[in-house]
Amino acid sequence: MNARILPYVLILPVTLFLCVFFLYPFVLVAKQAFSTGACFTMENFREVTTYWKFPISMRNTLLLAAAVVPIQLALSLLMATMVTRMQKGRDLVLYIWTIPLGISDLAAGLIWLAIFEQSGFLNTMMNGLGVVDKPVNFLSYQHPGVVFLAIALAEIWRATAIMLVILVAGIGLIPKEYYEAAEVFGASPWKRFLRITLPMLRPSLQTALVLRVILAFEIFAVVAALGGTLFPVLMGETYAYQFDLLNSGAAAAMALIILAISIGFTLIILRVLRVPKGASI
Amino acid sequence: MAEIQIKNVAKTFGAYQALHDINLTIADQEFMVLLGASGCGKSTLLRIIAGLETATSGEVWIGGRRIDHLSPKDRGIAMVFQNYAVFPHLTVFENIGFGLRMQKLPNDEVTRRVERTASLMHIDQLLKRYSGELSGGQRQRVAVARALAMEPDVILMDEPLSNLDALLRMEMRAELKGVLAESKTTAIYVTHDQVEAMSMADRISVMHQGRIVQAASPIEVYRNPSAEFVASFIGNPPMNFLRAKPAGAGKWTVAGQLFDGPTADKPELQFAIRPEDMQPAAEGLKATAKVVEPLGAHLLVTCEIDGSLFRAVLDSDMTVRPGEVLTLAPQSNRVRWFDPETTLAVA
Repeated sequence: MNARILPYVLILPVTLFLCVFFLYPFVLVAKQAFSTGACFTMENFREVTTYWKFPISMRNTLLLAAAVVPIQLALSLLMATMVTRMQKGRDLVLYIWTIPLGISDLAAGLIWLAIFEQSGFLNTMMNGLGVVDKPVNFLSYQHPGVVFLAIALAEIWRATAIMLVILVAGIGLIPKEYYEAAEVFGASPWKRFLRITLPMLRPSLQTALVLRVILAFEIFAVVAALGGTLFPVLMGETYAYQFDLLNSGAAAAMALIILAISIGFTLIILRVLRVPKGASI
Repeated sequence: MAEIQIKNVAKTFGAYQALHDINLTIADQEFMVLLGASGCGKSTLLRIIAGLETATSGEVWIGGRRIDHLSPKDRGIAMVFQNYAVFPHLTVFENIGFGLRMQKLPNDEVTRRVERTASLMHIDQLLKRYSGELSGGQRQRVAVARALAMEPDVILMDEPLSNLDALLRMEMRAELKGVLAESKTTAIYVTHDQVEAMSMADRISVMHQGRIVQAASPIEVYRNPSAEFVASFIGNPPMNFLRAKPAGAGKWTVAGQLFDGPTADKPELQFAIRPEDMQPAAEGLKATAKVVEPLGAHLLVTCEIDGSLFRAVLDSDMTVRPGEVLTLAPQSNRVRWFDPETTLAVA
């Protein structure tokens, strides 16, 4: 077959698959979001954004992402640097660190629920040590800070590994000679990290951050398990519109709002971490 | 003053001994080439001087100061790497100024030095470019400029020209030699290319299996190799060897011919002569021509003498046919003798 068309023929099946199962449903959702009957309207968007829980859930989602993602970034960079320096047992450590990746987010939420709930590990331990006389209900409306902390902890525990894997692969691509040159020309280990590792890691940082930020805006199951209705987030509200209120138009509008935020942040990340032409490895 | 002294340096990697008891003194402003085949330990020695590798034992001194326990940045060295290691995320300007920025020099000083070395290396037009936009030769120039900008006592180069094409390599060879002589730094240059070594070095250290076999001026290494290895490693085509049997005091028989030689009491010696030191003569060694290669400037004849292969470089005006028997006489002051037992030269 003609070598010029062959590549297109080969990607045709997956393109078709994506069109039928992703693009088409997406168009349907978009249509639903912009209509209440037959005609085009912004009514669904007006309805969801004026609802009293919308600003709260928006704020919670953004706050959570703002708290969790930077910590995950710092942690995964630290862990990736440590793993790269290891001579022996590197794979074993990587496997152990990435175990949380294999657990569903709901299961992760339930694990942390078992720690924080009234009859959970934390209470048992604190009781045993005599710190508290009777079990405390941490995950209640009286302790919003603890609820936030528990959710953030569960997210950090659960989803740092996805960034770690990407960064470990990225660091592995940086030739050793650059570090040697930097060392000879007087860069301390910290300076080498700042001046060599970080800038050369930009493509991997882009991927890791885009993935992680999008997932942070879609947070749902961990919040549902730990915070329930105490801590509304955008995705939880979308679920409530669709299945509790049976308002699929509003749910579609919420989905599009989340999408818009994700796209916005993706563009910002791509822009900030872009590699100038001719400056890649 | 930046005299380099390497004292009893040895290096082992696990059970493998990469360097055996290396002793070498490199004079201030000398251009020293470490020459050897891959795996001979020349790069390891350079990296030990740079501080990128730690010697298992021994000491390294630069300018009267012991430096083997110091980190690379405190040794007063700069280095040019084989793959250039020009940082891809920095412009040419920032690459050349990298070391100066690390020293926290003021901005105008950085600019002054970067511009000076860039114009010295003829890359002042490229200062705003990234390395992805440069050719191999230009990257090489950036790497050299980055080292020179440090104004180091010692500049270390690890096969800096080996990734360039032949023509560019020849051009850079001459340029590099000029620039380094100008800069008055002591230079250690690692290469496996004997032409590079011969043409650039003040002194060559020929290395083999983790040892320095001979350290001498290029012409000395070429004319008076201290061991069979040096004789066969340097020179293209390499030196010829023929078996010599004793025939009385100071006399040796080589392929039926009698030669004056050393008065050593040995059952056998190796008679050695460079291919270009053979001339057709009325009397001499009988050589049967096997392959004749006209190379333009001269004629390379591979022949057989006494059952051994032998190469002679003859005048290009000569016509030699395969199968023809030539009578070749060695230039007597160019004949060298080696002991086959120790492989060392015998005077």
